[in-house]
Amino acid sequence: MIGEIGQIALILALMLALAQTVTLAMGAHRGDGGLIAMGRMAAALQFGFIALAFASLIMGYVENDTSIALVAAHSNFDQPFIYRVGAAWGSHEGSMLLWVLILSAYGAGVALFGEALREGLRARVLAVQGAIGAAFLGFSLLTSNPFLRLTPAPFDGAELNPILQDPGLVFHPPVLYLGYVGLSIAFSFGVASLIEGRVDADWARWVRPWVLGAWIFLTLGITMGSVWSYYTLGWGGWWFWDPVENASLMPWLLATALLHCCLVLEKRGALASWTILLAILAFSMSLVGTFLVRSGVLTSVHAFAVDPKRGAYLLGMIGTLTGAALALFAWRAPALKTGALFSAVSKEYAITLNNLFLVAATATVFLGTFYPVFMDALHGDKLSVGPPYFNATFAPIFMALFVLVSAGPMLNWKRDSLPGLWMRLRVPAAAAALVLVAGILIFGLRHALAALGFGLGIWLVLGAGLAPWRRWKGAPKGGLWARVRSTPLAVYGLVLAHAGLGVTTLGVTAMEGWQSQAVAAMHVGDRLSLAHRTYTLESVRQVEGPNYQAIQARFEVQGPFGAHALSTERRIYPASGTPSTAAGIAVGALGNDYVAIGEAAGPGALVVRAWRHPLVNLIWGGAFLMALGGAVSLADRRLRVAAIARTRAATSLAGAAA
Amino acid sequence: MRRLGVFGPLATHLAAPLAPTLALGLALMLGARPALAVLPSEQLANPRLEARAHAIGETLRCLVCQNETIEDSDAALAGDLRRLVRQRVLAGDSDDQVRAYLVARYGHWVLLKPPFEPDTLLLWLGPVGVILIGGVGLATLVRRRRAGEAEAPLSPDEEAALSNVMTRRDRI
Repeated sequence: MIGEIGQIALILALMLALAQTVTLAMGAHRGDGGLIAMGRMAAALQFGFIALAFASLIMGYVENDTSIALVAAHSNFDQPFIYRVGAAWGSHEGSMLLWVLILSAYGAGVALFGEALREGLRARVLAVQGAIGAAFLGFSLLTSNPFLRLTPAPFDGAELNPILQDPGLVFHPPVLYLGYVGLSIAFSFGVASLIEGRVDADWARWVRPWVLGAWIFLTLGITMGSVWSYYTLGWGGWWFWDPVENASLMPWLLATALLHCCLVLEKRGALASWTILLAILAFSMSLVGTFLVRSGVLTSVHAFAVDPKRGAYLLGMIGTLTGAALALFAWRAPALKTGALFSAVSKEYAITLNNLFLVAATATVFLGTFYPVFMDALHGDKLSVGPPYFNATFAPIFMALFVLVSAGPMLNWKRDSLPGLWMRLRVPAAAAALVLVAGILIFGLRHALAALGFGLGIWLVLGAGLAPWRRWKGAPKGGLWARVRSTPLAVYGLVLAHAGLGVTTLGVTAMEGWQSQAVAAMHVGDRLSLAHRTYTLESVRQVEGPNYQAIQARFEVQGPFGAHALSTERRIYPASGTPSTAAGIAVGALGNDYVAIGEAAGPGALVVRAWRHPLVNLIWGGAFLMALGGAVSLADRRLRVAAIARTRAATSLAGAAA
Repeated sequence: MRRLGVFGPLATHLAAPLAPTLALGLALMLGARPALAVLPSEQLANPRLEARAHAIGETLRCLVCQNETIEDSDAALAGDLRRLVRQRVLAGDSDDQVRAYLVARYGHWVLLKPPFEPDTLLLWLGPVGVILIGGVGLATLVRRRRAGEAEAPLSPDEEAALSNVMTRRDRI
């Protein structure tokens, strides 16, 4: 019964999405308010029905209704409750349902709360959003129906992949999807404005909070994924240049570029067509990511079951959506008004350069990810592109970008002078140079690159602090506090985001330059030395989890700052026979001690791998700072936009009274 | 997921393009129990040589895995490759010679950093191309803007609109 409710709700949602597109497109074209109101209602209802379908699926999992094929495949009675709920989006079909749920939630958000938008623009945005929704709902229903029945129903189901049975599953996919799908709004705004033939500062003002929101979620989602893989995969890496990681990085890079150029469009009315193009490309990269994970073109850590039919549908859909948007762009963009003037030394120019580097970085990731596929398709050549390629191409581009990051906020709009800029930046520049030179002197030329990394990290952190400092300095006596308070929240958002980037850079540099590792076959009582620490294997025993058996090894780690215990497990999940690792990690301010065990190495001996990860937590700490910066900036915008709306209302009232 | 349940389907996936003998060898090796990445027994006694071998290993792909280096992989084949790399390092090969030795046996697929050759021109020069084209575009944009800076004076309509605005402001 619960399956049928979900199934019918999903079909109704597809029809509503189609209705939404048609009524809103016609309504906007004819200026028919009735049709537009109907379309907005459809958008809200579409969300309602998808939510109903999603709730049905979760109920199916909670009740362990194995007559639903999807439930039978990923859930059993022993599986902890939370992972039966999480299993709802741990599979291809279920995660697709989550995808359309979020897509329709954004649509409903615009339909219900977008009062500040021009009526015609809002209608067209929702029409495009409805078309995307229809395409994905069609994909879900035609190729990956989550509600297919199984007869006869098995007594108990199989199991969710043990690696996914982790709190990470509960948060990582929904947050990441909020980011991916959030970019659909930017896409819809872009296409709608091309249809309208009108892009201006107001457009940027409306679209920026959506992009910012999506960017925050993307940042958080990618960071969570990185943390998750760090502690579950059992060998302590934080980024692997895996195709699916790349798929999330590409939209993030373009969303970052989009955020910055929206700023130019909003403040100066320039770069209109470039902004639209970025909005289209950013969401296209989200779509490409979906394709990558679900088509089986690339086998990867995250890849879901391989099914050529899905790949063909997705490719067709991406081709149609992106192709139509780009064709529309080619046709309409030349008619868009070119914006204000700016010189080669100006904030606008710095942001344009920032966009250039971010696009080049995206191109690198794209080429590295897809080149093997192209080569294979072209002449059957097998070619690998791995971390060494990305380190050689992505890193230099980002280092060049970092130089700009601290300069940008210090530049004036429209026109500035290089000597003036240099004077403003002399403190962080000197500090960075000092760190670079000191680093080379202390650690030797072998670590010159790491010294440069530290220098850039310091440059970013100090440079971020300059933005508010510039507002505060020279305050009259006792007036400092007033200046601190009058500084807009957005400035603090900028400080957090840019400094976060610096903090992440410091962490990455320390990890790349100084992480160390040791491997040994150990008996109980044996010792292993690593990075001024001694690991002693204290005990090995068998433990029982709710749905797994494990070998647990306990270590005592004697370090320079005292001793601590560390325990690690190697688990076997009998339902599917798959092993997994629960690494032992001691988190510290200066870095982590990380240990994992493998198979037996002879009688009574275990293979033990231990790592020292210096400053690794800064990588994620910095990323969270970036997301926090985004949130602070978003809070400011909401208040300010509301204030503008209030002032406008007041002036128009006053005008009417006069 | 990286290390789990992927060996079976991958073996058949990989076996197709490879020579039948190798495919048989792969199937046999994949049947064996996986070990854990670098094993103590594999390491070279000389720490300098071991560090070099490790660095080389990090640029080589485990052929039956998904985007894993042979140093990180549990697969038996990765263990064989690790031992091979260490043998070559002990025999006195340079880093490039070790890699060339493996490429001769397994093809370019084994290199995680593809060589610079006609086939990979786009891969290596693509990012540079984006920067160059974008840079040229930017330069012309600024020049065009600068040329157009001394732009035409306001049209009569605009003049009217401007004075309209100005007088209204006076009234307030």
